[in-house]
Amino acid sequence: MENIPAASSLELYGQTLSSRLLLGTALYPSPAIMAEAVRASATEIVTVSLRRESAGGKAGGEFWSLIRSLGMRVLPNTAGCHTVKEAVTTAQMAREVFATDWIKLEVIGHHDTLQPDVFALVEAAEILTREGFEVFPYTTGDLVVAERLLEAGCEVLMPWCAPIGSARGPVDIDALRALRANFPDVPLIVDAGIGRPSHAAAVMELGYDAVLLNTAVAKAGDPVVMASAFAKAVEAGRQGWLAGLLEPRDMAVPSTPLIGKAVFS
Amino acid sequence: MRLIVNGNALEAEADTLDGLLGELGYEGNWYATAVNGEFVPGRERAQARLDEGDRVEILSPMKGG
Repeated sequence: MENIPAASSLELYGQTLSSRLLLGTALYPSPAIMAEAVRASATEIVTVSLRRESAGGKAGGEFWSLIRSLGMRVLPNTAGCHTVKEAVTTAQMAREVFATDWIKLEVIGHHDTLQPDVFALVEAAEILTREGFEVFPYTTGDLVVAERLLEAGCEVLMPWCAPIGSARGPVDIDALRALRANFPDVPLIVDAGIGRPSHAAAVMELGYDAVLLNTAVAKAGDPVVMASAFAKAVEAGRQGWLAGLLEPRDMAVPSTPLIGKAVFS
Repeated sequence: MRLIVNGNALEAEADTLDGLLGELGYEGNWYATAVNGEFVPGRERAQARLDEGDRVEILSPMKGG
């Protein structure tokens, strides 16, 4: 894309990326549509997972071949883990299969909201960092938890903006603002809760570094077109932030100069 | 020997993890293993002895968000 400032590139654990959209690979109508949506989104990072393979099964191998054919960097997750132990073991297994130190660390603490168990999250992050993992923690907007995750060795934070799959968009703008203000130099990625392109643009306008989403694209009427729409929204929000946004004000201010205005009465 | 593999009880002849994978027809290098909740790297499977009642997990890539 033209006219994008150089400062627009994103650095995550030493890797420089030009796209600020991370895309999940689940819930699409078909693998082919998933692949096409990934390409349309211009993402460079896709999230993947691990599940039980049936004896002699080939499903996992076929999926992995498809992902590799896309040529993307992969970010494996620990989705569905509810304890430190589960998350750590899953991360270790993911590192071997996907051949990456990156791990999207999820430790779920609440069944209805899928809210992270932030206590277990910090503990797991400490363990995994010691083992050489580069941890992308799925967290809440809590500032103190964010601080603890950074102390644990995380160099990226991924706060939710609403519950996973809820499509509600940023429900607590103040929390997102506070995180951005307190950690100006830490890459912040909104993970979970984005429902539409305007939500993505809104969090990028707050100065967030990137957006990770899945359901909003995969469950759209046309996932491929929606992937493209999100790519534009993320870029628009980023450019808006870089350009310097006007602060809202209470009173009207005429945009057309009044000097030289004719007087007819 | 009775084992729990991916949550299912089964009778296996093999007494190592590597042997079990062969017996069950797993091929390739696109899966990872754990025994009783502990990750067992691929290079250690041949030495990983299995005992009665062990819980074996065999995980492979899947779509994820």
